[in-house]
Amino acid sequence: MSVRLKDLPTEELLHKGNLACAGCPEMIGFRHVLRALGPETIVINATGCLAVITQMGVPLVPHFHVLFENAPAVVSGIDDALRVQGRREGVNLLVVAGDGGTADIGLGSLSGAIERGQDFIYVCFDNEMYMNTGGQRSGTTPYLARTTTTPVGVESRGEPRTEMRRKDMVEIAVAHGIPYAASASIGYPLDLVERVEKAARVRGPTYIHVHSPCPTGWGMEPSKTVEAAQLAVKTGCVVLYEVEEGKRRVTRPVARRAPVEEYLKLQARFRHVVADPAALAEVQRGVDERHAAILARMA
Amino acid sequence: MGLEKYEAFVRRARSTLTYDPGWSRENMTGAWRTMRPVRDAELCTSCALCWLFCPDACIAPVTFDVDLAYCKGCGICANECKVGAISMQREPE
Amino acid sequence: MTTEFWNGNRAAAEAARQARVEVVAAYPITPQTHTVEYLSEYVAAGRLNARLVRVESEHSALSACCGASAVGARTFTASCSQGLQLMSEVLYFASGMRFPIVMAIANRTLSVPVSIWADHQDTLVNRDCGWIQLYAASVQEVYDLVLMAFRTAEDPRVVLPAMVAYDGFILSHASEPVETLSDEVVKDLLPPAPPHLRPLLDTKDPKQLGEVLFPDFYPDIEYKKHRALEESLAVLGEAFEDFRSRTGRRLSAVETHGCADAEIVIVGLGSMMQTARHAATRLRAEGMKVGVAQVRVYRPFPERELARAVAGARTVLVLDRDIGYGSAGMVYPDVTRALYHAPSRPDVLNFIVGTGGKDITPKTIERCVELGRGGYRGMSVFWPDARGPAEGIPYTPGVKACPCG
Repeated sequence: MSVRLKDLPTEELLHKGNLACAGCPEMIGFRHVLRALGPETIVINATGCLAVITQMGVPLVPHFHVLFENAPAVVSGIDDALRVQGRREGVNLLVVAGDGGTADIGLGSLSGAIERGQDFIYVCFDNEMYMNTGGQRSGTTPYLARTTTTPVGVESRGEPRTEMRRKDMVEIAVAHGIPYAASASIGYPLDLVERVEKAARVRGPTYIHVHSPCPTGWGMEPSKTVEAAQLAVKTGCVVLYEVEEGKRRVTRPVARRAPVEEYLKLQARFRHVVADPAALAEVQRGVDERHAAILARMA
Repeated sequence: MGLEKYEAFVRRARSTLTYDPGWSRENMTGAWRTMRPVRDAELCTSCALCWLFCPDACIAPVTFDVDLAYCKGCGICANECKVGAISMQREPE
Repeated sequence: MTTEFWNGNRAAAEAARQARVEVVAAYPITPQTHTVEYLSEYVAAGRLNARLVRVESEHSALSACCGASAVGARTFTASCSQGLQLMSEVLYFASGMRFPIVMAIANRTLSVPVSIWADHQDTLVNRDCGWIQLYAASVQEVYDLVLMAFRTAEDPRVVLPAMVAYDGFILSHASEPVETLSDEVVKDLLPPAPPHLRPLLDTKDPKQLGEVLFPDFYPDIEYKKHRALEESLAVLGEAFEDFRSRTGRRLSAVETHGCADAEIVIVGLGSMMQTARHAATRLRAEGMKVGVAQVRVYRPFPERELARAVAGARTVLVLDRDIGYGSAGMVYPDVTRALYHAPSRPDVLNFIVGTGGKDITPKTIERCVELGRGGYRGMSVFWPDARGPAEGIPYTPGVKACPCG
């Protein structure tokens, strides 16, 4: 039973006056993640944009900004403390982090918390770069994307690591035997709400990887955030799927993929790729290969 | 937010810093805006996509009125509106 | 009260059990490992109603304690050496958030060269992270100080984390008789979590924690944290007094032996001060007036207590089981600061001894007294342990005093 727009509760769990850039994808995602979980939620926030833009009391729920890499460890302590005190029932423990905090610096801590079977919902907002520090590459930066640490120049065409070797956080979580993992996108909030609601019903660790196109970092008009997120799915750069007890299912199938150029041309970080047919073909091949590999894993 | 208000915001409980929710409402982010969304009620089908996609929860769920005190003018609502009922118009100087 | 034969790790674990800790973060590192193993056994045997978080690193160990503390649980962990260094970032986080976590440290030096043996390098480089630091000189003290650490850390005037340090192997693994307290007595010493330690993270009363603070207000908060740590000295004093009235055992921030008439006073931390007492007794028999002042509370630094303890001395010898590379031992500057304004400002000399677990014998102490008894003669830092081109000769600038040649 999928979530319908008119079924969504209209109550907001965020105060106005957040410090996000105009058109911030993370605020769209966080808004709906909290909507899905409701007020009985404690948020543990790894260092990143979200911790900064929600300061001065934006969330209406308890909100704990911790360090960059230790949010899964902190949530472990909270989980166990509430258990020993008999107060664990009825409370959602939500960890939110960016791709840097998740795929890079916090990977060890996340891996430990999943492997121990702690009960929490982990939501990673992936904007494919370190945007809190102004746009450095991360473990999820796509092939040939321009970032401040992978500039384009005579000796460099942007991010050199190929599409197939980008860190795939959903699969890393699944390799732990996690009870529930999914990919989602801020371009499809109803789908996101459904994934989060499902995760909340699971006992044990759950992981949701939310694709979040960042207009500031990617060089887009702020109005294009949602359009870019939807194009990422339509071109197959992002595949929305869930993994329930090891069983994979595409949650938003794309009948005919659009050419990747449509997605890239919105973004200044790919300007040099769009201008170079050979590079564009190379990126298309990488996306095709990755897309095929993901679909091949579906049951 | 002025220093005085910020000082009031810095509330010290248990010898540590814990902030009460809601102080962000002092950040009138509407001042950032250069373009404002204007909705044509005739064209509007009340599909609520603008409400759904607004990063700043500035669009009221039923009336679809825009909270201009906080709207940053990103234009997502206008871009996502399927019937072109929202247009972005330059703010007066 | 019964007498048990325990090693230091067992004593720390038993004290934590009797403190009724609710969450224990467990991660192994020699020579601390037994502490969390004992606690795991207590939980497995139903002797302790706690959850063990078997974390994947020390960084996560202290982070898990922070999480548990944020919802009002009493928490404990243990570490040392490289593990403590990995935690370093979280040490500041814990004190900044004012989480009253207690951590046992079986002191071990820092690599490289690799060494699993005792010195105080690991805790002393972390002396300024806003934690209370207590140093035990015996297994009995390990037990007593862990209880005192919980009590002081949770006091509403303090609310800061505390670490109890004891020398690796020398105290962590060697067994000594320990006079233990009954669970009831400990319950009186450590009442259940007081109301000011209510959960900070509570959906019924939502708050935001750990957020940014702009420069205008930063000094206020820093000062407040500093004052709380300073005030913990008096709170510890009250705790020691309460402890004495219940158990008859005396604890103090600075423990003195024969200081009243001493011309030379030896100052230092940890188990080597037991050795120093032994050496001082021998030297007294030879007619030399030597006293010993053991610094048991190192953070906050008991400046006045120390100044009082050495008031009559002509020369103060500071033994440092550590080195602040390029300067002096790390305890030395604290002692000189305490004595600089003393009415009879004594000569203060520094001896770097027992680093990397090198044995400190009564002979080592006697050697320090021999080198330092004449007072200051143009040199303040001595390395009686180190061999080098100037074999066994006190270190002088420009002379390599290193086994590498």
